[in-house]
Amino acid sequence: MAAHRCGLSLVCILIFSSLAHPSSCDTLEKANDNTAEKRSISEVNTDGSVAGEALNERQWQSTDAEVDRSDSTTHSEALTPAAARDEFQEELVIRPLHSGDIYASFQFRTLWDTDFLQEGQKVSHYRLFPKSLGQVLSKFSVRELHISFTQGFWRTMQWGQPFIPSPPGAELWVWFHDTVSDVDGNWKELTNVLSGIFCASLNFIDLTNTVQPSASFKPLGLGNATDHRFLRYATLPREIVCTENLTPWKKLLPCGSKAGLAVLMKSEKLFHSSFHSQAVHIRPICQDEQCSSKAWELRQTLNVVFDLHTSGQGKKEWSLFKMFSRTLTEACPLASSSKVYVDITDNPEGELFELSPATPLLGQAVVLGDRRTYSVYDLSRAETFGQLRSFNLLLRWKGDSGDMLRPLLHAERYVAGFGLQTGEIHTVIYNNHPYRAFPVLLMDSVPWYLQLYIHTLTVTSKSRDNKPSYIHYQPAKDRHRPHLLEMLIQLPPHSMTEVTVQFERALLKWTEYTPDPNHDLTSIVPVKEESSYFVRVYTEPLLVNLPTPDFSMPYNVICLTCTVVAVGYGSFYNLLTRTFQVDEPSPPLSKRLANLIRRMRGVPLLT
Amino acid sequence: KTVCDLNLSSVLMNSNLVHRADSFFLATKMAAPLTLLLIVAVTIRAVLFRSSWAELISERVEVVSPLNAWKRVVEGLALLDLGVSPYSGDVFHETPFMIYLFHFVVDYAEIVFMVSPDLVFCLSRFLTSLKQKYALESDRYPADCLELLRSPKEMFYIPLKVAMFYLLNPFTILSCVAKSTCGLNNAIIALFILCTLKGSALLSGILLALATYQSIYPLTLFAPALLFFLQRLYIPVNLRRSSFWFFTLQYAFIYVGSLVVITGLSFFLLGSWDFIPSVYGFIFSVPDLTPNIGLFWYFFAEMFEHFRLFFICVFQINVFFYTIPLSIKLKEHPVFLIFMQIAIISIFKSYPTVGDVALYMAFLPAWSHLYRFLRNIFLVSCVLLACSALFPVLWHLWIYAGSANSNFYYAITLLFNFGQILLVSDYFYAYLRREHHLTHGLYLKKKDGTEATLVLK
Repeated sequence: MAAHRCGLSLVCILIFSSLAHPSSCDTLEKANDNTAEKRSISEVNTDGSVAGEALNERQWQSTDAEVDRSDSTTHSEALTPAAARDEFQEELVIRPLHSGDIYASFQFRTLWDTDFLQEGQKVSHYRLFPKSLGQVLSKFSVRELHISFTQGFWRTMQWGQPFIPSPPGAELWVWFHDTVSDVDGNWKELTNVLSGIFCASLNFIDLTNTVQPSASFKPLGLGNATDHRFLRYATLPREIVCTENLTPWKKLLPCGSKAGLAVLMKSEKLFHSSFHSQAVHIRPICQDEQCSSKAWELRQTLNVVFDLHTSGQGKKEWSLFKMFSRTLTEACPLASSSKVYVDITDNPEGELFELSPATPLLGQAVVLGDRRTYSVYDLSRAETFGQLRSFNLLLRWKGDSGDMLRPLLHAERYVAGFGLQTGEIHTVIYNNHPYRAFPVLLMDSVPWYLQLYIHTLTVTSKSRDNKPSYIHYQPAKDRHRPHLLEMLIQLPPHSMTEVTVQFERALLKWTEYTPDPNHDLTSIVPVKEESSYFVRVYTEPLLVNLPTPDFSMPYNVICLTCTVVAVGYGSFYNLLTRTFQVDEPSPPLSKRLANLIRRMRGVPLLT
Repeated sequence: KTVCDLNLSSVLMNSNLVHRADSFFLATKMAAPLTLLLIVAVTIRAVLFRSSWAELISERVEVVSPLNAWKRVVEGLALLDLGVSPYSGDVFHETPFMIYLFHFVVDYAEIVFMVSPDLVFCLSRFLTSLKQKYALESDRYPADCLELLRSPKEMFYIPLKVAMFYLLNPFTILSCVAKSTCGLNNAIIALFILCTLKGSALLSGILLALATYQSIYPLTLFAPALLFFLQRLYIPVNLRRSSFWFFTLQYAFIYVGSLVVITGLSFFLLGSWDFIPSVYGFIFSVPDLTPNIGLFWYFFAEMFEHFRLFFICVFQINVFFYTIPLSIKLKEHPVFLIFMQIAIISIFKSYPTVGDVALYMAFLPAWSHLYRFLRNIFLVSCVLLACSALFPVLWHLWIYAGSANSNFYYAITLLFNFGQILLVSDYFYAYLRREHHLTHGLYLKKKDGTEATLVLK
């Protein structure tokens, strides 16, 4: 099942299972040969060099198909051979979290058998693939497009790793074809078009928040061109995600929200949650193992975490109806597979929670380094719906759950210092693995109005200096581009690595401040780390206050400053143009009148 | 009448002899206080460098500007080490020469900053030579003006006073402890003045070009330097005289030639012209609105977008605007013209710091003979002192305590600049008035014989 979740997670699985849980290999014979095969990859990766990673990237490309295959054999359900070539799959994964919350992850995967990579090919026939996106892809020569809208912050410490990580707000990253000459122009237009398609403020993406990471992002699909000139990455941390973003997103689905799993997406429930993230990922993939034909893959994912406490009643009990206020009645008729998975890894004998209806089908997959066991409900089978013709999954917790395994990697960040002049960004990365060191690629994009001082950059692990083996730093240009900092750091086992860098806050023009700047100015700085097995971790966005001018008095300031300049001008002008003369007081008025009369009379004047 | 003339000449000869003897006597006497002053000044700086205050001072917006902050120099060097052009970002705005200077002496930066004010101090030793000549020519002035002229003894203490004013000025000390490169720029300007006063046109032209290269504004010092040389060579300022044009072109050629050479050299050092927009574009277009003691920051933070260009032009013109009228008015007094120009630069430049203020304040003891004509020196000194004390207070209230807003700090910068303008125009007034008295006598009488008052008309 989770095979198509993300290639990203797949690789990490393999390595991870060989490293962190070597014991689990013995118990699960099925995947044993696979794991052994991939052990070599992990060795390559752990060298931690950039070259190693690039290699890994390529290997990942090639392993994708294999894993797909191994996965499908695990589930004993082969992919339907591509007769119609276009294909649609939908799935819902439910993972009960130990905090009592519940994590539901939808994935809709549309395959479209069209080769866009060939230039000049006009495509006018759309069957399952949304036409709006297809046109965008061909018009702007997009090779890969990843967009996510997230409300809330994923709490790694409580919830573990998400299937697909995403930063708060909107995130967009796009690879363009290497035939594109004006990448920035295409990017600008693309963001505006996407802004219309998703009803989001993506049009606020401009050069000041766009970066071109040199190492942090690789194409996830076909193609090995990694020239980062064709990559654009931007985040809008202030973006508020709401119903108006969900509706256009649902419209991209072949069945809309009329049938299938999409029926569950009622916005008043989805947004009444601790975490909501919807995403669209488009990439070119191989249609078959030999990669003889290419296809476009559109993955629409929606992740949501429902909070136990906001749901109203104290009982630890979940059902589809309670979560979504709907039940499932049918699969999407266009879908080739439609399934609901429930993660029962921590609950093999049903001692933690109880599922009803129970299912005989079990699936296994390796997600993010963990071997997980799932109960599978196939919606394409009539017996899933029972006599009531409706499927309502009920999950009842039996007792208090134990603690979660601490995630191996997690990161947090905060701003240190006081006052509005300077500050220090601290990024703390934890490696909880008892004996393994991980190479981590840290990417930091800081808006220009925070002036970073790269010479103050310190990286310390275990109170010792930890020199990054690779640093790519692009300083900001005022009002033109943000800072971009990428570093490859080796995290020692069981350690806390602290990255600090000092910054100075700028005073902006009064028109440049965001609304309500006195309250909070979000200068958001997403950090990404990629270790050699491709886990991406986003840290929380930062709130940074900036010094503000008084917005109410531009006229006063203009008048007062000009007055001072005029005083200077006036006094210099006075001294430059006039000369000193003895002040002769003018004679009194009576004398002047008398002199006037005397002049008329021709009599000598009075002195 | 001849007896009287003879008497006068013998008196003058006497005074000359006395003066020479005096000067020799004083020269030996001066060495001790000068050395003492130097030791005191260096000790203060050394102590402050080592204290915890140094870091605090180097963050003060009054002391460092984006153009000359030491932190930014270090950042530029760090970028260079990372293989990134320091001018690709908006942190570093020093000239390429500065990078290469500090590339080699970054470890000895403190020493460089300690030495640079001493260079200025050297200047003060030579300021006097001009003044003495001036005093000896004074016999052509009316007799009752003798009290306006300075006694040779007074003159001789001027270098010490100038040195004291510069070296012990808190503004200079702060700027030096913050390692602001403003101190180096001041040293270049001081060397330029020194070479000019010594009469070396070549060195003066080169140093002026260097000063211009560092911060564009010293461009306006071209006029006073030229006037000084013309005066020194007894060439009248007459547009129809070929000797005037010959010398002017010669000096202009030295200046422009060295400017071109220096700029070309920086291009070859760096291999790109990136530094032009990053240094001079930054100075002219004022993109960084970090508060400082000048007039620009708040004005352009509050400016309406469509008027920005217009007002930038208006504000930048202020520095250059007064050069021609001042040169015409003060063409006989190029040294005072230099003082006026430096003062105007430090008031109207886009990123002023207290180091710039300290440079023109160092000249003030040289005009000690103007004190009797200053009209509101008490008020101005109070304003400047109060502002200097209030800068950190209001900054703290705005930035750290949050109990005040930007208007408070702005008000103080406004007042500070107002005080500076008053100070400079007051000195200008006093200088012109003294000139008037030197030609017309100190005790002017009206036609009816009563005491007269002088007015500007």
